[in-house]
Formats: sequence, structure tokens, C-alpha cells
Amino acid sequence: MALYERMLLIRRMEEKLSIDSAAGVLPGAVHLYIGQEAVATGVCMQLEAKDWITSTHRGHGHYLAKGGDPNSMMAEIWGKRTGICKGMGGSMHVADLSKGILGANGIVGAGLAIANGAAFGAQLRGDGRVVVCFFGDGASNQGVFMECLNVSTLWKLPILFVCEHNQFSEFTRAEQVTAGQIVDRARAFGIHTAVVDGNDVAAVWQATGEAIAVARSGAGPCFIEAQTYRIQGHMEFEKELLAGGKYRELEEIASWRARDPIERWARSLLGSGVASQGKLDEVEARVLRAVNDAVAFSHASAPADPELVFDLMFAGQTP
Amino acid sequence: MRKRYTQAINEALFEEMERDPNVILFGEDVELAIFGDTRGLYERFGANRIRNTPICEATLTGMAVGATSAGYHVVLHMMFSNFLYTGFDAIANQMAKLRLMTGGQLELPITILAGYGGGRSNAAQHSDSPHPLLMNLGGVNVAMPATPADAKGLLKTAIRGRNPTFFLEASGRGGDSGDVPEDDYTVPFGKAAVRREGRDVTLIAIGTMLKPTLAAAKRLEALGIDAEVIDPRTLVPLDEASILRSVRKTGHAIIVDEARDRCSAASHIAAIVADKAFSALKGPVKRVTVPDVAMPYAPNAEARVFPNEEGIANAALALLRPVAA
Ligand SMILES: Cc1ncc(C[n+]2csc(CCOP(=O)(O)OP(=O)(O)O)c2C)c(N)n1
Repeated sequence: MALYERMLLIRRMEEKLSIDSAAGVLPGAVHLYIGQEAVATGVCMQLEAKDWITSTHRGHGHYLAKGGDPNSMMAEIWGKRTGICKGMGGSMHVADLSKGILGANGIVGAGLAIANGAAFGAQLRGDGRVVVCFFGDGASNQGVFMECLNVSTLWKLPILFVCEHNQFSEFTRAEQVTAGQIVDRARAFGIHTAVVDGNDVAAVWQATGEAIAVARSGAGPCFIEAQTYRIQGHMEFEKELLAGGKYRELEEIASWRARDPIERWARSLLGSGVASQGKLDEVEARVLRAVNDAVAFSHASAPADPELVFDLMFAGQTP
Repeated sequence: MRKRYTQAINEALFEEMERDPNVILFGEDVELAIFGDTRGLYERFGANRIRNTPICEATLTGMAVGATSAGYHVVLHMMFSNFLYTGFDAIANQMAKLRLMTGGQLELPITILAGYGGGRSNAAQHSDSPHPLLMNLGGVNVAMPATPADAKGLLKTAIRGRNPTFFLEASGRGGDSGDVPEDDYTVPFGKAAVRREGRDVTLIAIGTMLKPTLAAAKRLEALGIDAEVIDPRTLVPLDEASILRSVRKTGHAIIVDEARDRCSAASHIAAIVADKAFSALKGPVKRVTVPDVAMPYAPNAEARVFPNEEGIANAALALLRPVAA
């Protein structure tokens, strides 16, 4: 049930963002995670509060799954001073260090090395932390991926690489730009790997449990390739930007909608008798309240404080 | 005919690829083209001339260097200029240096396109204006067209040239519109444009800063100040003569640049003016730039640090009407 509620929260928050983006009222661009919720949720529900994650430009799901506050995420995206980054970062940069969320990132592949460094720090400290690095199939083509696999394997770093294969880098199909299977790149290093159905939250949860146990034991890095699909565009507003240009068929999107991770999990909960429809409705109501609260919180908040720009650039130093 | 900035770039690419079969273009997502500038090229020229690449900037910039050995003129699209940073080794260590280091053996006919600039809440990792960094490398040209006509003409010069050139395009939804000549013309490098003639102060506006600078000039006119507006068009090579000629006439110089202030194009031009037109100056050389901070996301915070019409006009007023200001 916790998995269900977390996935639903991510979905409903982003549906609201999609509406606001279409209405042209959000300040910046948003990259939505709709369809991939099972990955962040299945992974993060295996983590302890002290564990760290790094995220991507498509980071709302990772942030919420790791326990990030919906109110301050919404306020961040609206550029408010109550935002989790005080309105300085926005959608692509939500981070909450107190929750172990080292941050979403606008640079594809940047999270890989940051996670590697965090895992190095955790290992030196010996604090038992594990670091999860979320990245896309597109990011796996950055050379830094290979470099991180090498360093983390050599030094037995406590890190789990989670590659979310959602079939696209922006408007380019993965097969056009990605040779072979990504998991084979990790296999070459002789580390623990797994390939999972990324739309099956239970499968992701289970595979993560096994991997985290390995990483926490000091045996070194692990790698999971989660097969999933990006239902929304690369970014909201993409139709306008592409001016009629097309890179996928509606039937394909529909076929993945039929594998929606949230509906699938709901069916499974109902089928196994773990939850009744009434219970699921309660969750839905609670999630909608949380989304409405986040919106209300954000709207009631003042815009970012522009003068903070000068305070935040350095620690104890003016720019 | 009036055309949008992106459309002008698109036409230059079409015409140059049509003219010279040795022009090839690659980059991330160039086939569908998020900026619109490479749209339709794939359908026209096919996979042997234009190709979507994986996300791997360090390799792309290196490949641009390598592909020139086979006699190609490489047009590499780096999307947002912030992604130049992930591809910087081959830019700074190879492209900018290998001609000299090989005793002049290596020709590097490379044009790199990248969108730059803030003002649209893209946050700090999608809003940089990295021309000062590029200017400092030495071996690469830097073009920053402000108008559609210049975008087309400068891009053609870049593609017909023998040297690596960074063609920095104003990011944004298609850019502004402007008149673009119908004939096959080029705009030479190192030749500034006088966008407005004036007697009292020289405003030197770089790239996207032309628009607010012209608006500021208009505002100043109403206050009885006659501003001259110079658009350098290329920063490397830089048309020092035109800048100095104007400053010698007006006695005042303000440079408007959307780079961070420290070691900006503005500070470089200010140094040249102070050095070479010192005796003509009636006051300090001023810079209107972005403070030395990362571009914040929130629109109001971004507006706080972004150069605008009012800031430019105020800088001129402070110089020319010190008491009133
Ligand atoms: C270094 C860098 N290069 C290019 C981009 C532009 N860009 C943003 S997202 C993206 C595609 C990323 O694909 P993937 O890693 O598979 O993640 P997904 O968007 O599918 O979640 C690209 C090319 C970027 N942000 N950073």
C-alpha cells in the first residue's frame, strides 16, 4: 500500500504540473516522470533515511519517492521563496540534502560522478550509507558512465546504478543512439547486475533489495536496468517546439499506457486481497489532498527573494 | 523578407549544405531539432550528411576535430551552450591549439552552434553565455549575431571559413524577426555594425543585448541624449577600429554584455578602449553585465540580475547627467 500511495502521489503531482504547464503559467520547463513511477518508488522504498540518491532533469519522481516534501517541491517549481531550493533551482534542480536527495540535475550524466563521489565519501566515513544513482538510457552514452563503473568497481564503492531505460533521449529513439544492451556495459566489470520490468513496482522493489544488500555489505557497486516508458513528451510544451515533427506513434504510447505501473499495482493489490477498492479510494483522496495542499502552499508563498542570489553564491563570501 | 532568427539559420544551413557536399552536420537531436534551426535538413540531405548522435559531448567535439582530416567542414550542434562544458577538452586542448601545434598542417574548418543566454527561467545549467571563455582560448572565432540577417550571413562566413568558429545563437522560441536579404550574401567577420548613429555616448551591445540597448537609446533620446549603438557581431575577430572610432567621437563608452561581469567580453572591450582611446574619454568606461552569480530560476530573481533597458539607460545617465542621476 505504501508503494501504491507513493506512486500515486508522484502521478497526481505531475498531472497537476502538466495542466499548469499547458496553461503557460509555470515559469520554466518541466520534464515529467509519468509512466516511470514504479522505478523511483520501488528503489527508494528499499532505502534508509540516511542513504543518498542523485537524480536527473526528470527528477520529481525521485525526489518524492525519497520522501521529499511535496509542498516545497511545488513551491520550487513556481519559483517561490518557500521552495526547497528557495526558487533558485526550479523543476530540474529539486534537492533536499536533509532527506538524502543530493539533487536533480540539468546536465545529463552529471549525477553519475556526483554519486560516485558521495559513495566514496560514505565509504571513507564508514557510515553504512548506500548511494543510488538514477540516470537515463541517454545518459549511459556519456563516457563518465564507464569511468564511474571503473572507479566504483576498483574501490568497491557502496553505490547502486539505476538506469531507467524509457526508450528515448529527447526525440531520438534509444536504438538509434545506444549500441547493445546497457546492462552488458556493467556486466563487463563483473559486478552484480539485474534487468527488471520497470513498470512492475514489486519487481523493482525486490531487485533493489538484493542489490542494496550487496552494496551495503561492502562488495562494491551494483547495476539495475529498469525497462520502462516515458508516457509524456520529453518536456511539456514539446508539441509546440517540434511544430508537427513526430518521433513516435500514438499506438506505441497506448500500448505502454496499458502497462501503467500504478493501475497494474492496484490490480495486483485488489487481486491478492491486500487492499479493497475502498482502501484504494482512501489513498486517492489522501493523495489529492496532498496535491491540493501543495498547490495552495505554493500559491500562498511569496516569490523568491532576488537578493538571496548574492548571499547564496558563496559560503561567507560575496560574489 | 522578414524572417525569424531560427529560420535564417536554417536557410544558411540549407544553402551551404546544398553548395558544398563536404559540409556535414551532427549533434544531439538535430533531426527533429528542438530549436528549429536544423529542421528539414535530414529529409533533404540524409544520414550521410546529417546525423543524430548519442549524448556524448566529449566525443562529439573530438570527432569534429577528427572529421576535418577527411576534408569535411563539420557543423556541430551542441544545443545549449552549457553543454560546451561537457565537451570542453577537445575545444580547449585540441580545436584551439592543434593548428599551431602541428606546424600549420591541420586545417580545422569547424562551425559549432550553441544557444546561449538567460531570461527564460531555464536555471543556471541552461542559461550561460560562455563567449568570454571561448574568446580566451585564442584559436577559435566567436560570432554572436543579433539579427536574423546577420545570423544567416555570419553562419555562411563561418561555414566557408577555414577556422573553428563558435556561432552562438540567441536561445528562445525562434528568436526575433527581421529583414533578411534574398540574395546569396555573407557577413564578414571582424566588421561591426553601427545600429544607430549618435554623438553623446557609445553603447556597445553584444548579441541579444542589442534589443534592450536600442530601446535604451530611444529612451535616452527623449531625454536629449544622442546615443550611438555599435554591434560588434563577432568578438573574435573583434572590430576594434569601429569601436574606437565611435568612442573617439562621443567620448563615452558603455558595453552591454549578458556574460558575468568578471573577465567578460565587456571587460575586454573596456580594456581596449581605455588603452587605445584614453585621451578621447570624458569619463570612465562602463559595463552593464550580469553580476558574478549563477542565473537563478525564479523569474523575479532572474530579472534582478539580467541587463535590461532601464539599467542601460541609467548607466548612460549616470555618465552624462551625474547630478540628476
Ligand atoms: C550534458 C547534456 N547534454 C545534453 C542535454 C540535453 N538533454 C536533456 S535531457 C536529454 C535526454 C536524456 O535522455 P535520458 O538520459 O535517457 O533521460 P530521459 O530524458 O529519457 O529521462 C538531453 C539530450 C543535457 N541536459 N545535458
